Parts: sequence; structure tokens; C-alpha cells
Amino acid sequence: MARSRVKVGLVALAAMLTLTACGQGGGGGGGGGEETLANGKTGPITYVTGKDTSGWVQPTIDKWNAAHPNEKVTLIELPESANDQRNQMVTTLQAKSDRYGILYTDVVWTAEFAKSGWLEEIPKDQIPEFSGMLKGPVDSVTFEGKTWAVPAASDGGMLYYRKDILDKEGKQPPKTWDELATMAKEIAPKYNMAGYSGQFFKYEGLTVNAMEAIWGAGGEALAEDGTKVVVDSPEARKGIDTLVNGFKQGWIPKEAITYKEEESRRAFQQGKLLFLRNWPYVYALASKPGKESAVAGKFAVAKLPGPSALGGHNHAISKFTKNKKTALEFIKFLTAPEQQRTRLEKSVAPVSGELYDDPAFKKQFPFLPVLKESIDTAKNRPITPYYNDVHLAIEEAVYPALQGTTSTDQAIKDLAGKLQEAIQG
Amino acid sequence: MATVTAPARAPVGQAEGTGARAMRYLRGNGLLILGIAFIVLYCLFPFYWMIVSSLKVEPEIFQTGLIPRSPTMENYRAVFTQQRFHLALRNSLIVAGTTTVIALAVGCFAAYALARLRFRGKFLVLGAILSIAMFPPIALLTPIFELATRLGWIDTYQAMIIPYISFTLPLTVWILTSFFAEMPWELEQAAKVDGATPGQAFRKVIIPLAAPGVFTTAILAFIYAWNEYMIALAVTQTIDRKPVTVAIATFTGSSQFQQPFGTIMAAGVLVTIPLVIMVLLFQRRIVAGLTAGGVKG
Amino acid sequence: MTTTPVDQVEGARRKPGPAARFRLRDASEARLAFWLLTPTFVLLLLVVGFPILRAVYLSLFSDNRFGTPEFIGLGNYTRALFGNSSGEFWAAFGVTTMITAISVTLELLIGLGMAMIMHRAFKGRGLVRASVLVPWAIPTAVTALLWKWMYQPAGIGGIVNAVTGADILWTGRTWPSRWAIILADTWKTAPFIGLLLLAGLQIIPDELYEAAKVDGATAWQRFRRITLPLLKGAILVAVLFRLLDVLRIFDLPKILTNGANGTETLSLIAYEQAIERVRVHYGSALAVLTFLYIMLVAFLFVRVLGASVVKTQAREVK
Repeated sequence: MARSRVKVGLVALAAMLTLTACGQGGGGGGGGGEETLANGKTGPITYVTGKDTSGWVQPTIDKWNAAHPNEKVTLIELPESANDQRNQMVTTLQAKSDRYGILYTDVVWTAEFAKSGWLEEIPKDQIPEFSGMLKGPVDSVTFEGKTWAVPAASDGGMLYYRKDILDKEGKQPPKTWDELATMAKEIAPKYNMAGYSGQFFKYEGLTVNAMEAIWGAGGEALAEDGTKVVVDSPEARKGIDTLVNGFKQGWIPKEAITYKEEESRRAFQQGKLLFLRNWPYVYALASKPGKESAVAGKFAVAKLPGPSALGGHNHAISKFTKNKKTALEFIKFLTAPEQQRTRLEKSVAPVSGELYDDPAFKKQFPFLPVLKESIDTAKNRPITPYYNDVHLAIEEAVYPALQGTTSTDQAIKDLAGKLQEAIQG
Repeated sequence: MATVTAPARAPVGQAEGTGARAMRYLRGNGLLILGIAFIVLYCLFPFYWMIVSSLKVEPEIFQTGLIPRSPTMENYRAVFTQQRFHLALRNSLIVAGTTTVIALAVGCFAAYALARLRFRGKFLVLGAILSIAMFPPIALLTPIFELATRLGWIDTYQAMIIPYISFTLPLTVWILTSFFAEMPWELEQAAKVDGATPGQAFRKVIIPLAAPGVFTTAILAFIYAWNEYMIALAVTQTIDRKPVTVAIATFTGSSQFQQPFGTIMAAGVLVTIPLVIMVLLFQRRIVAGLTAGGVKG
Repeated sequence: MTTTPVDQVEGARRKPGPAARFRLRDASEARLAFWLLTPTFVLLLLVVGFPILRAVYLSLFSDNRFGTPEFIGLGNYTRALFGNSSGEFWAAFGVTTMITAISVTLELLIGLGMAMIMHRAFKGRGLVRASVLVPWAIPTAVTALLWKWMYQPAGIGGIVNAVTGADILWTGRTWPSRWAIILADTWKTAPFIGLLLLAGLQIIPDELYEAAKVDGATAWQRFRRITLPLLKGAILVAVLFRLLDVLRIFDLPKILTNGANGTETLSLIAYEQAIERVRVHYGSALAVLTFLYIMLVAFLFVRVLGASVVKTQAREVK
């Protein structure tokens, strides 16, 4: 009697295994997959973004909702870390869930999402603002010749430097990495501070910093179409070597190996650094007088010695959402000049070129011209659907070299091997 | 365990001053006292530091004073306003609570059978249950995640509750069995002899006897579920479903890239205090349950 | 530990007298036991058996990122163990094993010391026991964040560096990072081991010590000849549980270093592959390998050391 019951249980278990194994995909939200953008409907939709620290998103949505009571937009806030945001978007899109409507994606995810078939193609001609946008952001939404998103916000790295000290030394901010290294080596010790820091912890910030070093020396990781590894070159080696030597020679402080954006900002604000590579958000914080910043009024920004990695975000439409027409309309609304302006007021860098030249804004944000130059000359991190694997490969290969546990040559060799594996999927 | 032999160095009935006696005690027990001090310091200092840090804000938090100079509840306010931590607390209560109830409701039958009934293969059953409690959750994670993705269960309570049963249930059975095995079941018989109906005997004798053990098991199962991190990290997305462990680890600061340790410490204190209070109240029973179940660290 | 359910149950079973009279009752008891155990086993089959089989099933397919998965047999396993990126698995294997070995040794030594002290502490025993439970009760994720905070550089509030006067980048270098994990784990679980061993100490009869004292044995001899042998069972069980627990370590490295600086553990790489890199199939293979490794350790441990436990007990019975 007992045995037959066990048998029944086993059969049920086997049935379950195969049942779920056969059922292909699509449990999720379902239903939304049929609608395309061309025959899109109107109605409520969700707007999915990372945690908004600028305080711009919700009021802007409220403004839209007041004017469009039947096409209400609901905000879904994801965690702050870019990695977590990507994980959640991937998880949800993989499930073909209709929970996510408009996606506020990092510029580096667009290719992956498009290749996965998760995005609606954007009819470029319907969005006039495209013509006035900076080139880098426009490139970032283009993959295999099609447009998959609308640039929403841009970002570029800048070189923060201690103007008071450089003035005293009668120097201009460095124009090349070699100059930066020399100044960091020679001037900083006189003032009992460290020379330079970027973000060197093992996370995506390291990819940004490593790529900038490689570009600064004229190297590249992947060839234009992202299908060929070209990192094993003297230029790339020289770029990585600059950072490796920085640690070896001490003009990059050893604790910088643990720095992400915040740690490096803090070190700069405490007056411990002569040069800092960071994003525009540091400017306002470091300018606060009083206890919090020891460098208020003593620093300025310049363009990085080489090209910056392009930061920023795009607006994309999920393939699985309902009410795609509303989605596109809302993106148009967000892209319109008025919204770009109110957004810049909250210090988020816009994608439209002319705002950077606006005198009022220039006065409010003295770094705008430098930022524009940075974005204008910025390069896209490799545009490839395998970006996630690519950046992990870069971090895995470069980090040990900065720590001094592997040589630069070894790092480059590892990097080439890992990149090759990454772009093969 | 309760039998404690007196120290063998009873003073030989001399009238000594308290000071001298204290000195003598110290000399004899100096090492022991040092040892106790070490244990208490070892265990409590990091916890103390968590509380102290939670009362400091920038810039004081970057100094290492052992006593906050200007203690403030600012971090605690931020925990509830900025981070909306009450939602995480609610989620953890729901998930850990439901898990505990299910594990107890199902497990108590098994534990009764294992402790009270005679049947072949009992040793095997207990062994199987114990080894299931030791399974690495990572082996369950990928299929759970994959199924949750397919079924649209990402960011739902059931995506946590169901896998949590995989470790709370074996634990519950194991600990309850040891509690049940120690119970004086003869009393039930005695009550029946005294004329109680089986129902009365169960209500008036068995339930009161079993309650403390069941209660302790519930606390332990609850704590294990409350503390889980990995599965919750994989299957939750929003603060509407994240349990406390995941919520704290993804706290974000006021500026874009900040990890706000003051707020994190405040939330850590909030999460830990209820557990510490429970532990203090029921320490004797919990220790008994743990040493019987001694399964997880 | 000293009184596991198995011991108690086995003891209880031996007690009743002649079995023949109970044969009828036995049959009905067995039937009742079957019904009482069924819900637990059905549930465990659903929440444990099914997912594990499914993990094995998933691990046999390829992660075709932009297409449909293909059946590749043991391909994921050969890739993890011998392929180009097999370095990742073996590095994690080594690190996990090493962290486990060091942690468990440290925890055992400190735990043993704590147990001896607690055993002798009469005044303040409640206080000691309560404080010992505090590290255990703090969720591991919170423990990790707490230690991450304590490991910060001294200049920005790091108490560990401030107290020791050292200037160590705890989470920035290979060995400090590993020690950071080991120390946090030890802090959390050594007291717990202390509790387990205390229970073992408490059942050693005091007369043994008294007799040894009369015979002139030194404290060390008493520890070697009485405490250790009699505590062996409790120690072995504690070590087994800790071994299995540290081998699957995830929360601490995830939060403290996220795998940087040579702290990728087996659970961590499986998680990263399956969840963060969306390679559910390859990640499943890594998870299954982790599972097999842990089961193998448990098996060997019980096989090699478990046998000796039985032997010592048998000798004592004689």
C-alpha cells in the first residue's frame, strides 16, 4: 500500500518536471506581446527608472498625468546600483512580463536589450529633437543600423583639480596622461597629498576608468562593430601601464583600489587628492562650504586628458507592454525642450547641444562648457549585445594588474582572451 | 545541565573583610573573569558599535569616538522616510511568519511520529531530514529563479515562502522531535486514568506540555527565515516585496553613489533588536533547541 | 549534539519490553507514522526534491543568450571543470575550501575556549549566554554590512583600523579581503560553537575530574585525557555542521567584497552566472557542482571521522 503511494508521488513529480520543461516561456504578464508600436493603443503605462535622486521624475510625471487622465504614467523605481537595475530589467523582460513599459536604460544596455528582442524599434522621424542631439548619445541608441531608444540624459567624466595649488605652481591642468602623471608625481607630495584617483574598485566604474586610459593612449578594446578584439596593442598596453605605474609609483594612492565614485569624491573633498576623475555630480557637493568640503572654492574642472567614456541613459519601449502609443507619446513629452530644461535645473546633463550654451545655465553650472566638451569627445564603451560580459572581462583582467599581482602584459593577454570569449556569447 | 557543583574553594569559616574576600575571589578567579569579559566584549562590541554609529551623522560618523558626542535620531528617521523601511519590515514579517506557520503545521505531525511512534526506518528518516536541512540553497536557487521568471512570480511573497520551507521544515521537524522526545507523555495516560476524555487529556495535558517546545521551535524557524538573504535577493525587486535583509543591503544615499552607513546601521539595529529581545527572554529554551537542532550557524 | 533526536529516539525504542505483544500495535503505529510523515515528505519533495532535479535538468542545456537553449549533455560541466574559463571554478573551489578550513579551525578553538569559560562561570552565566546569542541572532547580511563599515579606512570611521592602529585596506587586497570574511564569519559563529560544546561539557560527570585530581593529574592532563575524548562527539558534530555551512558561504562575500580580490566562493560564482549574467543553465551546473562537493565532504567526514566516534563510544561501553 505504502509502495503504491510512493509510485503515485514519483509519477506526479516526473509529470511536473516535464510539464514545466515543455511549457515554453511566457507565463509572465502575457497578452501584451501582440501589440506593436505601429498599431499601438493608448492607456496607462509604467515608467521604470533607477532611484531618482534628482527629484525631477515624479513631478514631471504628475504634470503629464494632469494633462492625460486616461493615459496615466506610474513610476517604478529600481535600486540605485546600475547592476541591480539591469538585473531587474533583464529578469522582467525575460519573463515577457508587461509590468515594465518605458525603460530608462543605461546607454550600455541598449544593444543587449535590442538584440534580445525586448525593445520596440523607434520611428526616428517622429521625434524632431533627434537632429539637435549630441552625436555620442545618438550613437548609443543605434544598433545594427536601427534606432532602439531615444537619448534621455547624458554624462561625461571630468577632471577635478586643485586650482589653488596649480595656480601657486604656475601650471595649467594637464592635457595628456603623461603630463597628469608628472604633475601628480611631482606636485602632490609637496602638499602632503596624493596625486590622482579615479574609480578602481572591481565594478563597472573600473571599466570606465580602464577604457579611458586605453583610449587616452590611442588604443581600443573592440573594433567598431564589436565583433573583433583589438585590445592586444601597444597603445592599449601603454594605457593600462599608466594606471599600473600610478599605483606602483604611488601617485595614485593605494587605497584608491577600493574607491568607487563616493570614496574618491570624499578623498578629494577632504583635500587628499590633487586630481580626481569623476562625474559632474561632484561639483555641487565639493562646492559646499563648511565642514563637509575642505576644497570649496579651491578647485576647478577641466576636460580629461583623453576621451571620456560616455555615460547617460536612454528611453526605450518594452516589446511586452500594452499601450505602446502612449509610451511613445510620453517619451516625446520627456524629450521636448521644456522637460530637458527643467531636468537640467536639477543638474542632470541634457542630450540636446544647445542647452549647454545657454548663458543662464552656464552661470548656474560653471562646469557646463567643460562637460559639453567632454561629452562631445566622449567615446561609447563597446556597443555590443555582450556588453555585460565585456565589462566583467575588463574588470577581471585589469584589476589584478592594478593590485600588482599580475603584469600589464599578462593583463592584456588575459583581457584579449576573455573578450574573445565574451563576444562569442 | 541544571546541576551546578559549588566551587571547591569554600572559605574555611573565617571572618574576613569584604574587601579582602573580593581580592581573594579575584585572585582565584582572575583568569575566569578575564575570560568572561573577553567573551562579552567579543560578542557585544560590534553590536554596540552598530548602535553608536546609528546615532551619528556626517561628519561625526567618520570619527571613531566610542560615545556619540551629539547623538541624533536622524538616521532612524531616514530609515522610514527615505528608505521606506517599514515596508521591508512588513514583508519580512509576512514571509517569515507564513513560512513558520506552514513549517510548524506540517512538521509537528512528523515530529510526533518520530518521537512517539515505533516504525522501521526511523533512523533513515531522521538522517534524510537532517541532510536536507544542510543542502546548499544555491542548488535550489536556479530552478526557483527560473520557475519564478516563467510563472510571473518575480517580486512576490510566494517566491520566497516556498523555498524557505525547504530549510525551515526540516529544521522544525528535527528540533520538535527532540522536544517531543523529552516530554513526559505518561502524564497523558495518567490523566486518562483519572477519568479525563482523550480530548481533555490532549487539551489540558499535552498542549500545555508541548507549547514551550513548539513556541521555541517557532522562534528558531522564524529567525532563520527572517535572516535569509540569497534567495530573496534573486527574486525580489521592489521595496513592496523586499525583506529586511535585502532592503538594507540596497539602501541608497542622498547623492547618486553613496552607501549611507549611518542609515544602514540604524536599520540593522531595528532588525536585530526584536531578535535580541526574543533571545534574551527565551535564552534558556533557545539554547536547548539549538543544541538539539545544532544545524545552522 | 549530546542528545540528538536520534539518540533519544533510539533510547526510547529500546526501553519497552517484549516486542511480541506489541506486534499488532506496531503495525497500526507504523501506519499512523506513515500518514503523519506524509505531508512533510510531500512538501519536501516539492520544495527540495523537485528543484534539485530541475537544477540538474537545466544544467544539461546551453545558454544561448539570443536563441533557444540546446541540449548539450555534460557540456556545461566540462566547460566549468576543464574549459577555457575553468580557472573561475577552481579558484572559487580553492578559496571556498581555504576559507572553510581556516574559519572552522578558528571557530572551533575560540568556541572551545568560550565553552570552557562558560562552563566555569557561575556568576553572570545568564549575561554570558545572552551575549553569546547576540552575534548568532544578527542576520548574516546585517553582520556583513556591520563589518564592512568597521573595515573602512580609519579616516572615514573604520573602527577596526582605528582600534588596532593598523592601516589595512581590508576589502582592497587579496589576503585582507579573505581575512575580512573569515573574521566576520568567526565572530558570528564561534560563540554558537561555544554553546554547542558547552552542552557537551555539561554532561561530563564532575566525579571524573575529582578522581583525576585525587590521582594528581594536572589541569592540562585532565583536559587531554578527560575533556577532549568525552567532548569528541560534540566537537565532530559541531565541525560537521560548520563545514557544511561555510562551504556554501554567500552572504558575507557577496556584501563585503562582491567577489573582488580573490574572494569568489562557489555559491557566489553560481549566483553570478545564473542570476547576474543570466546564464541559468551554466549557473545550474555550477550550483550542482557545489552541491556535489558539499555532499562529498559530508560523506567523507561521516565515513572517516564518524566511524571513529562509534568506535570510541563502543570502547567506553566495554
